[in-house]
Formats: sequence, structure tokens, C-alpha cells
Amino acid sequence: MSSDKSPQAYWKANVRLLSICLVIWFIVSFGLGILFAGPLNNIHLGGYKLGFWFAQQGSIYVFIGLIFFYAWRMGQLDREFNVEEE
Amino acid sequence: MSSLQLWTYVVVGLSFLLYFGIAYWARAGSTGDFYIAGGGVHPVANGMATAADWMSAASFISMAGIIAFNGYDASAYLMGWTGGYVLMAMLLAPYLRKFGKFTVPEFIGDRYYSKVARIVGVVCLIVISLTYVIGQMRGVGVTFSRFLEVSVELGLFIGMFVVFVYAVLGGMKGITYTQIAQYLVLIAAYTVPAIFISFNLTGNPIPQLGLGSTMVGSDGVYLLDKLDQLVQELGFKSYTEAHNPMINTFMLTMTLMIGTAGLPHVIIRFFTVPKVRDARSSAGWALLFIALLYTTAPAVGAMARLNLINTVQTGEIGSAEGNLAVEDVPRWMKTWETTKLLQFEDKNGDGQLQYYNEEGLGETAAKYGWEGNELTKVDRDIIVLASPEIAKLPNWVIALVAAGGIAAALSTAAGLLLAISSAISHDIIKGVVNPKITDKGELLASRITMSIAIIIAGYMGLNPPGFAAQVVALAFGLAASSIFPALMMGIFSKRVNSIGAIAGMLAGISITLLYIFWFKGWFFIPGTEMAASTPENWLFGISPEAFGTIGGLVNFAVAFGISRVTAPPPEHIQELVESVRVPRGSSVAQSH
Repeated sequence: MSSDKSPQAYWKANVRLLSICLVIWFIVSFGLGILFAGPLNNIHLGGYKLGFWFAQQGSIYVFIGLIFFYAWRMGQLDREFNVEEE
Repeated sequence: MSSLQLWTYVVVGLSFLLYFGIAYWARAGSTGDFYIAGGGVHPVANGMATAADWMSAASFISMAGIIAFNGYDASAYLMGWTGGYVLMAMLLAPYLRKFGKFTVPEFIGDRYYSKVARIVGVVCLIVISLTYVIGQMRGVGVTFSRFLEVSVELGLFIGMFVVFVYAVLGGMKGITYTQIAQYLVLIAAYTVPAIFISFNLTGNPIPQLGLGSTMVGSDGVYLLDKLDQLVQELGFKSYTEAHNPMINTFMLTMTLMIGTAGLPHVIIRFFTVPKVRDARSSAGWALLFIALLYTTAPAVGAMARLNLINTVQTGEIGSAEGNLAVEDVPRWMKTWETTKLLQFEDKNGDGQLQYYNEEGLGETAAKYGWEGNELTKVDRDIIVLASPEIAKLPNWVIALVAAGGIAAALSTAAGLLLAISSAISHDIIKGVVNPKITDKGELLASRITMSIAIIIAGYMGLNPPGFAAQVVALAFGLAASSIFPALMMGIFSKRVNSIGAIAGMLAGISITLLYIFWFKGWFFIPGTEMAASTPENWLFGISPEAFGTIGGLVNFAVAFGISRVTAPPPEHIQELVESVRVPRGSSVAQSH
């Protein structure tokens, strides 16, 4: 963790965090749910074909997790960079 | 009056009383109350209200049916209408909450220091919200007429009256707390029948798990495998595999996601929470509450399709006694036949009904002695509306579904009407026409514009114009190509200036509308299409509904391009951008 506590450094840290989150967002929906759904359908998760599961169930669960993770991590960054609300 | 109708009157009537009670308790006393519920809504409560705001008559009534008849290919709607919340939570909501004003066009106007930009924002907002609200008004009327056997018109008037009471009286404050009640009604109405049906078919009461389970009394055959096998034996396309071109599924999903994030009536819900960090977590709660319905819908769809096939195909496919005898048609089929949502006729006169795909089954059907599909119409809406009857659930559950459908339509209609009225009273009247208006005067103006908006929406619900059926193309296409890029660039770039943003929005809107009108007719007037809306004619195989992403990209490109060669925004605008990026110093929006 760098010692730079400026608002610019805070913004950089935010953009880095949300970029990581959006890469995962893209992979689970567009990647596993659409582009690679065909091959993934050869793998089964219970009675679900895996590509089908990502498209109609899994991607949505990951979305929820991503938002809560982002909210939690941003709360930490707010305090770390001393920009949290009073 | 039948016992079912009595139940329906009681349940729907009680839900209305609840909404009226809340409306009286949550009256608005200031513009702050009216536009953003005073800014003191708890993030979980706002999440619940956002879920009701978002889930429309279409989500509640039609989506499971779309999934039932399209299988995997309907996934674009499931991912698109949920994935947008990730974008909203990370790219828009917290910063707009920090900005701390009342409306979406207000941010666009301030950030791009331009009344023109603000007015472009207002026009987009009104087109998007009006397209959307007409369908909701109609949804209320249709639900009423099906369950209570009154005319669609009367149902629509009752809906207008109910919205009028709590939206005009309470503004955002009244709407927020009624939306929370409406969420509880609609989610109960959606999940209770789903739990019964899932338990009956698979022994697992949780629909999300039931859909991946084996079927009761089948020696370990998975439900989805059984469904895939049955639909293909009847000549339909397989259920769990893709049949639409991948490029269009991809672009449609992207457009729905970006469009969702750019819908003004959803964004303004995040202005009602006390802090920036509440806006972040509230988006998570909203998606969690939405996902309860959206992850149940695939189970409802698949199980209803299976139940429907099993109702008609009682024995082995093609065997002499394998189909439902006409005299044994269950009561729900007769009930729904009277609504014209379901139609059947014994074409080959064998005294039984056959349900299959004529093109897919071809010669084999003739060998069976079948002379055409005999379930001549199965409306997709029947999947949710009739599913409790198909599963033989008690009357109170069916009544609950009626109340849920009405709650879904009313809650979305109210949110949209508020977005429209606040854009007119705050952005046009206060922002442009009469900046000196008092808070009291503006509150009165917002109540009057809300009333007018209800009357216009009701009138258009009775006489739906051509564009009313184009919610997906028009509302999501416009939100994706105009509002989302304008907001995102306003936060993430300090370089995009007034002229760039305005040119970007106009370019994005123009190319998107041009593409939609090209295939759907100029202003949706039938007969003015320039080309048939078929995959061969589409640009790169992208349908008009999926084109918003391209419009959005054009918006970004034009805005950045023009901003690069023109003067950067003034100093105080760059400071504004820096200030929305950090949470500290946020306050609840005041009248200003």
C-alpha cells in the first residue's frame, strides 16, 4: 500500500478496485454465460448444464457478491485515505 | 360471486388499504420530501423500494413465460436486467449521491454547465419513462380484468386513482414506503406458488435448487434433462442450449445492462439514502431483493413448461391413448380459454389434444395421425397467471398472484411518474422557466405535474400508441445511448466539456433511433419500415433491441473526440468532478 493519501491516489485505488470487479462481472456473464456457454454445457452441476446455470443463475449470484464486496472494500479505502463521511 | 373472486377482492382490497394508510402517514411537506423522501431512507429499505420500483408488470407477469418458451435464449433478459446494477453501484450511484441534488438532468446540466444539456437530459428522461409507464398502466388494467372480471378500462381507472392518492400526496416519500409494502406483496405472490410447484415436481421446496434436481418418482432423471428430451420429441428446439446468434445475445445483454444503469427512475432512488456508502450497499440490497424473483423465474418457467406438456401429453408420444382427452380438459384450461390467452381445438377429431411444433416434427406427426398443433394459442403471460391453478393451489394463493401483479405494475408506475414530474417541475419550471419559485410553489407545481402525468399515462394506457410496445428497444436503447454515457463521462472524465457531451448525446440518440425506426417504421408507424426486421438485414446481426450499446459507443467516441479539440471545462467544473469522487462532505440535498 502506497503512502500517498491524496484524493488522486484514493481515486486511483477506486478505479483499480472497480476495474477488477468489472472484469469478473464480464467473465461470469458474457464469458461463462454466453461466449463459452456451449463448451461449458458439457460439464454438469447437479441437473444444471454449467453454461446454462451461469446464464440463468450463477452470474446473478456473483453480481450480488461483487456489489457487496465493492461496498465493503470501498468503506475500507474511505477510512484508509481519510475521506469517509462524518 | 365465486369464492376465488371473493378472495381476490379481499386480498387486493387489503393491499390498497395498506397503500392508502402509508400514503397518509408519509405525506410530503417539502420539495426535499417530494423528490428524495427527505434523504433519510435506510439502505436496506431503499434496496427493497428499488426492487419494487424496478420490477415491472413485465418482470412479474411476462418474464417467466418468455423463459418458458425460449429456454436458454431468454438468458439475455436475466443477466441484462440484473448485471446493470453492478454498473450502477460502481460507476454512477455513489457519485451522484455525493453530488446531492434532486434529479438526473440536474447533474447533466451542472456538470456540463449548460441548460441545453439539461434539456436534452429531460427530453430523454421523458421519452424513456413515458414509454415505460404506459405498459404499467396497461398491466394494472389487464390484471384487474382477468382476476376480477371488470373491463380493462375500469381496472386502469382504479389503478390511476390508487397511484394518484399516494404519489401526489406523498411524492418520493409516499412512493418509497408503499414500494416497500408492494415489494413484500409481489415477492410473496411470486415465490409461494413457485415453492409449491418445485416441491411437487422435485421434492425440493427451493425453486433455484429444484430446477437442478431430479424429478419425483423418476428414478433419478433430472428435471432439465427430462424437459430437454420432451420438447425435442415434440419437435421444439432444445431448452438448455443457445439457438439465437451469439452476437445478438451478447449485444442485447450489454444493452440491457447499460440501459438499466441509465434508467432515471432507478437512479433517483439512490438519492434518498443518507450517505455515499449507503448508496453503494443499497445497490447490493436492491439486487439481492431483485434476484429473489429473477433466480426464481427460470424455475417457474421451466416447471410450467413441463407441467403444460405433461397436462396435454398424458402418455407416450404418438401412442393411441397418449394425449389428453377433450372431455377431460382441466378446469383451468376452460377458465383461461374464456380470456383468449389459451386456445385449443381438436383438429384431427380424435377426441384428444396434441401440443407440438409442426415445423420441427414434420412427417412424424402425420405418422401419429396428428393434423396440426391443437394448443393453438398459449400466451406467455399464462405461465405466471395460471401457474397456481395448474398446480391446483388454494384460492388464496391465486388471489395473492393478482395482488402481486397489481403491486408490481403500480410500484413501477409510481417511480416513473415521479421521475417525469420532478424533471418537469424541478428541471424545467425551477431550472429554466422560473428559478425564483418558492419551495412551496415548487411543491405545488410538482403535485400538479404529477397529476397531469398520471392522466396522460392513463390516456395512453387506454389508447396505446405504436411506441408503447417498444419498451425494450426505446427505453433501454435511449438510456444506454444517452443518459448512461453522459453520466459516466461526467464522473470519470474531467476533460469532457459541454459541447462534447451535447454532441455525444445527440449522436448516440440519433443513431439508435435511426436504427430502430429503420426496422420498426418511422415513429413506429406501420408500413414505414425501410427493411424487414430480420437477422439477414441487421447490421452485423444486431437486432434493434440490442443496438443501444452501439449508440452508447458512438456517444463516448463523439464526446471524447470533440472535447479533445475544444476548450477544457472551466476550473470550477473540474473541482465539481473532484468533489463527487470523494464521499466526505456529502449532505442531504436541500432546496436550492
